[in-house]
This record gives sequence, C-alpha cells and structure tokens, in this order.
Amino acid sequence: MHHHHIILRVVTKMLVGTIILFAFYVQFHGDFSPGGGFQAGVIMAVAFILYGIVFGLNKAKQVFPAWVVHKLVALGVLVYAGTGVASMLLGYNYLDYGAFNPHHPSHGQHWGILAVELGVGITVTGVMVAIYYAFAGRPPPMKDEDW
Amino acid sequence: MSATEVHHVAKTLMDHLPILQVVIPLMSAPLIVMIGNRNLAWLIAFAASAASFVIACLLLSDVIDGSVISYHIGGWAPPLGIEYRIDALNALVLLLISGIGTIVLPYAYTSVKAEIPQRLHTLFYALYMLCLTGLLGMVATGDAFNVFVFLEISSLSTYVLVSLGANKDTRALTAAYDYLIMGTIGATFFVIGLGMLYMATGTLNMADLADRIAEQGANRTVQAAFTFIVVGMGLKAAMYPLHHWLPNAYTYAPSAVTTFLAATATKAAIYVLLRFMFSVFNPGFHFEDWTLYLIFIPFALLAMFAASFVAVFQTNLKRMLAFSSIAQIGYMLLGIAMLNATGLSASIVHLVNHGITKAALFMGAGALILYSGSAFFDNLNGLGRKMPLTGATMVAGGLSLIGVPGTAGFISKWVLVQAAFENGWWIIAVAIMLSSLLAVIYVWRMFEVLYLTAPDEGCTATDPPLPMLIPMLILAVSCIWFGFDTELTLGSAQVAADGLLAGSAGMMAH
Repeated sequence: MHHHHIILRVVTKMLVGTIILFAFYVQFHGDFSPGGGFQAGVIMAVAFILYGIVFGLNKAKQVFPAWVVHKLVALGVLVYAGTGVASMLLGYNYLDYGAFNPHHPSHGQHWGILAVELGVGITVTGVMVAIYYAFAGRPPPMKDEDW
Repeated sequence: MSATEVHHVAKTLMDHLPILQVVIPLMSAPLIVMIGNRNLAWLIAFAASAASFVIACLLLSDVIDGSVISYHIGGWAPPLGIEYRIDALNALVLLLISGIGTIVLPYAYTSVKAEIPQRLHTLFYALYMLCLTGLLGMVATGDAFNVFVFLEISSLSTYVLVSLGANKDTRALTAAYDYLIMGTIGATFFVIGLGMLYMATGTLNMADLADRIAEQGANRTVQAAFTFIVVGMGLKAAMYPLHHWLPNAYTYAPSAVTTFLAATATKAAIYVLLRFMFSVFNPGFHFEDWTLYLIFIPFALLAMFAASFVAVFQTNLKRMLAFSSIAQIGYMLLGIAMLNATGLSASIVHLVNHGITKAALFMGAGALILYSGSAFFDNLNGLGRKMPLTGATMVAGGLSLIGVPGTAGFISKWVLVQAAFENGWWIIAVAIMLSSLLAVIYVWRMFEVLYLTAPDEGCTATDPPLPMLIPMLILAVSCIWFGFDTELTLGSAQVAADGLLAGSAGMMAH
C-alpha cells in the first residue's frame, strides 16, 4: 500500500505546508490585497482535504479531529460576533471598529477588520473540512461522547 | 494623529437594544456548541431567549407611540450601512417571536428528551437558537438584503430541526427535504426580486428603496421585482397554492419544533410581505392593487375554504392543525388585501393571536403524543378526560381557533369582518363566517375524540410534567386573556397599520 502513488505522496507532503502558509498570507494580507477570511479559510481547508484524499480519511482525522473541526466552526462565529460586542463595550455601535483606536478610527478599523476576518477564516476552514469529513466518511463523524 | 480625532459620546446599553435583540441569541448558538454540554445548552438557550424577550418588551414600549428607532451597525449611516429599524409593527412581531421562543424552551426540555436521541440534544438547542436568531433578524432589520441573510439562517436551521423528528418517524426526513427544496426556491425568488430592485434603484436600504421607487414610478423591472418578492415570501408564508411543504413539515417535526415554527416562521414571512408591500412599495403602487384584488383575495378565500375542508378529513391531529394553519394564513392575506387600516390591523392582530393559539394547540398535541405515541385520532380516544389540564388547553386553543367570543381568535375575526364591511364587501364578510363554521367542524372532531369517546382500558395517561404543563397553561390563558384585553395586541396593531398605510412616509422617523 505504501508503494502506491509515491509521487503524489511526496508532492502532497511538500505542498501541504506551503498551502497552509499561503492561507495565512491571504488571511492577514487580505486588507491590502485581494483575499480575506473566506478565501483563506478555503485554502486552509484545502490543505487538510488534500492530505485526506492522498493519505486517507483516518490519517486526516488524526491530524485534525472531527470534534476540533466542529468547535472551530462555532469559534469563528464567536470571534466575529465577539468583536462587535467588544466595540459595544467600548461605548460604540455594534461592529464600529473605530472603537479600537478612538484617536485614529482608521487604525481601529484595521484591527477590527483583522479580527472579524480571522473569525470568518476559522469558520470557513471548519465548515469546509466538516463538509469533506461528512461526505468522505459515511457514518457520523461525531461519537456520542464527543458532545 | 490628533488631526483626525473625533468626539464620541459613549453609547449606553439602552441604545444597543435593537442589535442586542439579535446578537444575544446569535452568540448563544456557537457558545452552546463550544461548551458542548447538553444541560448547560438548555440553560444558555433559555437565558438568551428570555433576554431577547425582555429586550422585545422594552423596544415595544419605546415605539408603541408610533416612533421609530434606527440603529446603525458599525456606525455607518444608512443607506450605505446596514440599519436596524424598529417600529410598532416589527416590535410587536419581535415580541411574539421572542415570547414564543422563550416559552417553548421549558416545554422542549422534557419533550426533546422523549423525542430526540440524547447525542443530538446539544445540536438541537444550538439550531433552535439559530432559528430564533434568523427570525428575529428578519424582522428587526431595515436592510432588504439583510432580510435575505437572516431568512436563510432561519430556514437552514429549520430544515435540520424538522429532520430531527426522524427518530420517531423517518418521514420527517422527506418532509425536511421537501421543505428544503421549496424553501430554497422561495428564498431564491426573493433574492432575485431584491437583485432587480437593486438594479433599478441602486440601494438596498428599505427606506431608501421606498423613496427611489416612488421617484421613478413603476417600470417593468420594479414590477417584476415585486412579483418575485411576493411569490418568494408567499412560499415561505405558505400562501395557499404554495403551501405544499407545510403539512408534512408540521406533522413529522418534533413537537417542540412544530410549536415554535407554527407560531413564528410563517408569521415572520407575513411580516416581510407586509413590509415590502406597504413600506417599500407604496400602497399607491398601481400594480399592487391588481395583485391584491386578483391574486390575494381569490387565493385567500380558497385557502380559507379548501384548507379548512381538507382539515376536516384528517385522521392525524397534528396534520389537521397544520391544514388549519394554512386556512388561517388565508385570513391574514385577506386582511392585507382589504387595503384599509382596519384590514391591516386585523391581519397583524391575527398574526399574533393565531401564533399564540396554534402554539397552545401544538403544545397540547405534543403532550398527548407524549403518552399516546402518535397523533392519530384513533390513539387519542378519551385522553382529554385522563389529562384534564392538557384537554383544557386544547379546548381554549380550539375555541380561539374557531373565533368564539371571549377568545383571542374572536378579536381578529371581528376586526376582519369590520374591515370587509368598511369596503362594502359583505360577501367576503359572509365567507369569513362560513369558513369559521368549517373550523367548528374540525375543532369539534378534536373535542369528540378527546372527551366523548371512552379511553382505552388500563390507560395510565396523566397530565405531562410541570415544565411542559406550565408553558401550555400560560398559552391557554393568553388565548382567553387576549380576547378581553386587546390593548397590547390590537392597540399596537392599529399603530402598525397606520405606519404601513403611510407607505414610505411611514419609514421616516417622526
């Protein structure tokens, strides 16, 4: 089994790290160039999906367990909505990023966008991988005790 | 750095109420998944929905005098930014949705344990809160595209909630799938309509849309947009020929889900319909008058008679109540089609009264199912005698469904008949009364099964445990209460109807 598709295996191992790095680039450079949380999330998920396709679902789940994936989906939404609540606690409107740097609202907006896009990236990564897990593994990926 | 310094007055909690209304349930859903404990999940869900109910009360008390609250998300002023806009109409609907959302949860605690496998409980509460978020968001927002986003949030979670009934009856899966297809078509039509409006006007803010449509008058694009929006929302509201998804979804969903959906989901769609037909498109929009007279009235009448007639012949209690819901939506559409203030307030007040009535009836049905195992009339023989308080709830709800004086249902039908006379449509007034007679037949069948047949021998059924009983009784009492005290329901419905008839002027802050 290990001798099959050796080129695919070697190339995948080389690519996965690069893909993840590229995902981070798209994520954190999204406010200056095309990109952002959604694209970065998909690219990040691609790294894990590619790994799963080449090495098998079980290996992918060892790297990125199903329960972590499900928590990530929720975590991203919390990060996004939490950013809004943080601006509210600072006395500004919901998601008014000016709150994060009252003396220089455009800097505040920079931070706000970064935080919100991080939330989007986390959720999109989670959702994409969760959809792949759901399709690839017919039995439900969550055991009773995982909840 | 100091060059760009701007003065800012810190906002207080009260300023944030419109957004907190939606954000509190929204954040509770991922929180439930993160914590992942099924008992805490219930507690978080209940706390969040109770908080949103309190917020809805505060909002309604602020806007009941006809004023408007506008909240700018991200500090961006409309029409560029997303605006949340609360007036008497949506505050009343918010109160209904968050109230039902809160009262169903204690009921759900017991009923979900009986109907849904334990491993899915956490997910159930997360989805329930997402559905509540979607419905509240649809109603609270003043941005047309935001309505679509929240519509999808509530719809997608609803499909899954309906499918959770699969543990008891696998037909829940096909019902959910049906609903998924139909609901997606409805949402697609709605967003196509929005796209056309955006093409014609270049804006998505409802108040701004209203102004620009009034400026440019009716052209083909705007008319097509209107049609797409009415059909799309009509599908979500189960307007008569588009109702096909409803009976199965209500019959096979878990009891708590049916109760929640029946009282809120179609009502939110009716709200959006009202908002678009009157606030975004002016009541003077000529195309709309024809739609109302030639489409709404015939189909509303068909719904009132055909759906009630079908309800009479059902053998399953939940299915019967589902068909009666379709008939009741006919009354709401009829009220809209009257195109006068009385008709609109009848429609709005029926939206609330029917929500409460159906919630009481479906809760009662759920309690009966807890002991009988199914909602078929054959299995419910004499249970009203064995379960006196559940039976009493069904009686109160049933009477309100018919519209017997002294119940909430009477108020809405009375105002509706008044509106028909105001227009001189006495035939329609007679039709309203005749269709109520059909309601008498199917409600009587329910009473007959519950009280006049002998219970099975050795039947050990008793009233359900307190967490189910108390919400049921609260709703049963409200069915009667709102038949006498109409200040809250009819009062705010009248303010809301006046706002709607003012058209785009009604969207302006006074």
